[in-house]
Amino acid sequence: MTDKLFGLVDLNARLELTRFKPVRALFKSRWFPLAAVLVNTFLFVVILLACLVGGYSAGNYNFGIMIVWILWWVMLMFVLVPVFARAWCLMCPFPIFSDWLQRGRLLDVVPGRKPFGLGLKWPTRLRNMWLMNVAFLMTTYFSGFMTVRPMASFILLGLVILTAFIVGLVFERRNFCLYLCPVSGFQGLYAQFAMVEVRRKDPEICRQHKVKTCYLGNECGHGCPWLLAPFNFQKNTYCGMCLECFKTCPYDNMGFNLRPPGADLLVDNPRAPRKLDEAWKAFIMLGIAINFYLAFQGPWGWLKDMVRAATWSGFLTYILYHTVSCLVIIPAIFLGFAWLSKRFSGNREVPLKNVFTNFAYTLVPLGLGVWIAFSLGIILPNGSYLLHILSDPFAWGWNLFGTANFPWTPVWTAYLGYVQGATMLVFYLFTIAFGYRIAKQTYPTLAQARRGWTPIWAGLTALTVFFVWLYTG
Amino acid sequence: MSESQVALRLGFGLALLCGLACSAGAEERFFEVRAKRFAFTPHVLTVNRGDTVRIRLLSEDVHHGMYLDGYGLQTSAYPGHDGGLRFVADKPGRFSFRCSVTCGEFHPYMIGHLRVEPNTPFHLLVLAVLAVGLIGWGVATLRRQQEEPSHDR
Repeated sequence: MTDKLFGLVDLNARLELTRFKPVRALFKSRWFPLAAVLVNTFLFVVILLACLVGGYSAGNYNFGIMIVWILWWVMLMFVLVPVFARAWCLMCPFPIFSDWLQRGRLLDVVPGRKPFGLGLKWPTRLRNMWLMNVAFLMTTYFSGFMTVRPMASFILLGLVILTAFIVGLVFERRNFCLYLCPVSGFQGLYAQFAMVEVRRKDPEICRQHKVKTCYLGNECGHGCPWLLAPFNFQKNTYCGMCLECFKTCPYDNMGFNLRPPGADLLVDNPRAPRKLDEAWKAFIMLGIAINFYLAFQGPWGWLKDMVRAATWSGFLTYILYHTVSCLVIIPAIFLGFAWLSKRFSGNREVPLKNVFTNFAYTLVPLGLGVWIAFSLGIILPNGSYLLHILSDPFAWGWNLFGTANFPWTPVWTAYLGYVQGATMLVFYLFTIAFGYRIAKQTYPTLAQARRGWTPIWAGLTALTVFFVWLYTG
Repeated sequence: MSESQVALRLGFGLALLCGLACSAGAEERFFEVRAKRFAFTPHVLTVNRGDTVRIRLLSEDVHHGMYLDGYGLQTSAYPGHDGGLRFVADKPGRFSFRCSVTCGEFHPYMIGHLRVEPNTPFHLLVLAVLAVGLIGWGVATLRRQQEEPSHDR
């Protein structure tokens, strides 16, 4: 029986984009995505220089701050993650140096070459999102500096690049991207909603193919740098879309598919189970979105003083509140609704942990909507600063494109609340559409699923109204 | 009279009453807003639709601006030189006012709110969420369905 999203789109529908020759040729070329990575490497050199030269100047007139925290962040939340999954990882320049050193070369492949570096295996206990959860949360402690002070951004970006390099020398392949990168975790989580996927085409071909070249590599490409088994991809979560499996598969059995949004949210099997670390990532992202909104788009000066560390006690209080709200309060409230769901369902067999973890995935579309709405509040008022910094990236008085003196011009801010509210409404629709399906997966009978869904539905509705109030109330 | 005509007349009557109520209470409202890096005090100004709003902007440290979303108005102030705005709050909803003169590193986030009551956009959005939610809940839980929960994970 087909399952249609909103009664319109079959959730199993796929359009394989790599069946079109130009797309396939692009994906099989060794220059792709390397060319994009090289362009971004150059861009990040300029960003780092601009941050260094910018020192302590106002961030809204700094190339590094504006490109990273306004343009890149907004593109990430608007397009890259919700549509193209981990497309940023595909073109991310941070691991290029460790990749280069490990492989000995940038473009071509030397089959059988022993990778440079210690090549240690990542500890089994840490093969999850917990480290990334902590890393990202801790990074956000300093949002009051790094998003406004060029030097703080320089330090942060420099640390990330340096850590990626060192981890690449000690551990095999892309363990940094998999388990440490602060921006990797939320991309992985929200990529489950994305409208594209990398998957094998014919499972039988993979079964017959005994030498798993997609994992081991061959003369055409490297074994999966993300240490995954491309022949058995179930979810987007950890696939960095490096496209090596397209190059190494001798049968052209890898496909890049267009699909309905959110298809991965219903995947829960022994190979790709729903997990507590991902659930907590969803809570953390929601908490950060609330706290960022209050601090950056809210009118409360005392909170801004705390975030930008006007006083040490204020800053430490903010860190404490931020941590507790993200790690404890939001999950605790959600646990309350999960408990209610179990009680309402009347089911005694399904563990509360399963109910809690499963329904946490309803926060993926809702959280994405919250972040898109938040990003609208960043780009619409501040986007016009981009025209200035593009013409004068180092604040040296250049006017490359004749826009250096373009005045600050807020765009459509009269409608900001409407657009943010409408965004919440759209993603709330996805949330309840997938929430009910998750209820049916969680409870064994339809009656239990319906009863168990009701408290969760009420909680998600209240949460959406809360965000509408935050943006427009 | 058909049902749709009755509904139309009722709606028109309600809108008229609402408009009369709003315009009847219109008054002049004065606010002295102090700007200091990176906040406005008071940070929320609440008025009724139709009120004439006068704002005197005072700066307590450096050059600050005030740009009012939705109304497209702008003024600025620096110590010893106040700015001013005067307008009729004819658009309901919540609007941000933002510092429009770069005043330091947190400048883009120096924000205050003007709330023009009744906040119709907010009420409409909440109604929309509740309506969509109730329809979704109803479709999911009330309709007769033969299917059983899927455990084909």
